[in-house]
Formats: sequence, structure tokens, C-alpha cells
Amino acid sequence: MGPLPFALPFAELEVGQHLYWQIGNLKIHGQVFMTSWLLIGALLALVVVGTRKMERDPRGVQNLLEFLWDYIRDLARTQIGEKAYRDWMPFIGTLFLFIFVSNWGGALVPWKLIHLPSGELGAPTADINTTVALALLVSLAYFYAGLSRKGFRYFEYYVYPTPIMLPFKIVEDFTKPLSLSFRLFGNILADELVVAVLVFLVPLILPVPVMFLGLFTSAIQALIFATLAAYYIGEAVEEHH
Amino acid sequence: MTSFLLFGAGGLFDFDATLPLMAVQVVLLTFILNALFFSPVGRVVEEREGYVNTTRAEAKKQLAEAENLEAKLKEQLKQARMDAQTLIQEAEQDSDNLYREALALATADANATREKSRREIDAQREKALKQLKGDAEKLGDQIVTRLLAAK
Repeated sequence: MGPLPFALPFAELEVGQHLYWQIGNLKIHGQVFMTSWLLIGALLALVVVGTRKMERDPRGVQNLLEFLWDYIRDLARTQIGEKAYRDWMPFIGTLFLFIFVSNWGGALVPWKLIHLPSGELGAPTADINTTVALALLVSLAYFYAGLSRKGFRYFEYYVYPTPIMLPFKIVEDFTKPLSLSFRLFGNILADELVVAVLVFLVPLILPVPVMFLGLFTSAIQALIFATLAAYYIGEAVEEHH
Repeated sequence: MTSFLLFGAGGLFDFDATLPLMAVQVVLLTFILNALFFSPVGRVVEEREGYVNTTRAEAKKQLAEAENLEAKLKEQLKQARMDAQTLIQEAEQDSDNLYREALALATADANATREKSRREIDAQREKALKQLKGDAEKLGDQIVTRLLAAK
């Protein structure tokens, strides 16, 4: 952004600028890790508080955690199937919780109050590195799930139901992580940009409904990512007869 | 915003070591969450589900038992009622019989006493009549003798 004719404290718009940390000769995006550590810390704190004294009659945070657990179990069970869902539930659940916490943390925490020398704090999922990392993990996960459960019979899936499907199935292996990562990245970044632009143009009241819409999209994106990941794993472990 | 939509440093699609590090971080988080959240909560929830299931099965068994017992007791109660009914009927019959017997006895007794008294009365009356007749004849004789003597 060029210099503005007037200065507003929260209305700076920086896209694609990062706070670089140098590790050896590797560069990483510091702002992504700062926010992700804070949010992971908050998530772990909630989990630790809720599981410290669990009882058969749940109360307080344990209720919330059991609700989340049940929600994730239903998600994993419906997509992966009764046989294999137990092995993959922690992975699906972690994806869901991490993305959800990242999205909502990026939208709800007033990060802009903290000034960095370069770049700005925001949702970790608004960085393409994060979403591609998650999407590649999903790819690895479904390959591993299929190969470990069915061995080389996993590749029958590529010619199922007919060998004509082979090229499409191979292309799918590339489009799956691509669409997963870009869907999440695009939605979260676009949400942040829309809010930032609106705040920049009309600082009062008008951005609030868009912010609520952003919260809604954020939650939906976390659910979509986790559901699709579970669906891909389910597809890989499914038995064809 | 010249760097917008650029690959490479300072761009929107700036891939670097953030990617593998983030992947490692998420995998670590998966293991940590599995240890802290998924397995303990799963254990508690599944324990509770098991508890609820066994308790429900037990309750169902107990309910069936109770219903069985209730039916048995109802049967016994019915039997007892019938027994009591017959007992009452028998007792009523007995008391009726006793009453009739006593009544008959008393009536016979009374009849006998009355008969006896009547006979006694009759006998006394006969006796009295005889005496009266005797007295009257004696008086008549005296009157006749006196009249004859006066002549």
C-alpha cells in the first residue's frame, strides 16, 4: 500500500509480506508460526483443562470436549466407515481443530494491535505454506491408509470400475491436494482481505456483518477440509468387490 | 502492492521452509492431541456408552423379572381370593346349618314344654271338675236329706 491521505490504526492492508526468520540457510514465515503456536497453545490448554478430571457425569469443559469428540467421531465414521475410522480419527480431528482454531483465531483475535517489523499477524491458514502442508499430509495419509490396509491391491482403485478411469484417477491424485489447499487458502485470505478492505473504506459498523460471514465461512472451511480428508481416506480403504 | 500474486520472497505464493515445518508441526500436534484428547475422551465416552448399555440391559432384565413376579403374585392373589370365597361360603353354610339346628331344637323344646303344660292344665282341670262334681253331688244329697227331714 502506498501512503494514505489519512491514517487509521487498524486499516493497514499488507498482502504477501512476511516476517522472515532465518534458520541456517532456510527461511520461514515467522508470523505464521507465532500465531499458530499461540492458537495451538490455547487449544492444548483447553484440552488439558477439560481432560484433567474427567467423570462419568461430564461437567464444564469436559462437556465441550465430549461434544467435539462426538462430532469428529461422527464425521470420521460416516466418511471412512466403521472398520477403519478409529485409526484416522485423531488425524481428521486434528485437521479440523487446527484449521478451525486457526481460522477463528485469525478472525477473532485483534492481531493488528501487535506491530511487526514486516508482514502482519493473522490466520495461519491464510498462508499458502500452511494449507499446502495440510493438503500434502492428507495425500500422504490416504496413500498410507490404502497401502497399509490393502497392500498393492490399493492400486485396483485406479482401474475401478473400468481401466478407462486410470488417467482420471491419476490426475485426481494431483488435483486433490491442489483443490484442498487452494480452497482453504483462498477462502481465508479472501475473507481477511474483504474485511480489511471494508475496514479501510468504512471503519464503522459495515464490516461487522462481513466479519460474521467470515466466521461462518471459516467454520465451514474447517469442516469441508476435514470432511474431504476423511472422504479421501475412506475412498482409499474402501473394499471393492 | 507490486509483489501481489508473486512467487518468491515477499510474494503471496512464497513457498519456503514454512511448509515442511508446518507439516511436522501438524503431525506432532496429531500425536499430542491423540494422547491428550482423543484417546482419554474416547475412553471416557466409550466407558460411559458401555456402562449405559449394560445398565439398560440389567434394568430390562430386572423389569422382566418384576413383571414375572407381578404376574405370579396376581395369580396367587386370585387363588387366595377364590379360597377365601369358598371358605366364606362354607362358613356361611355352617352357621346357617347351626342356626337351623338350634332353631329346630328350641322349637321342639318349646313345643314339648307347651304340650306338657297343657296336659298338666288339663289334668288339673279334670281333677278340679271331678272334685266340683263330687262336692255338688254331696251338697245335693245334703239338701235332699235336710228337705226330707224337715217334712
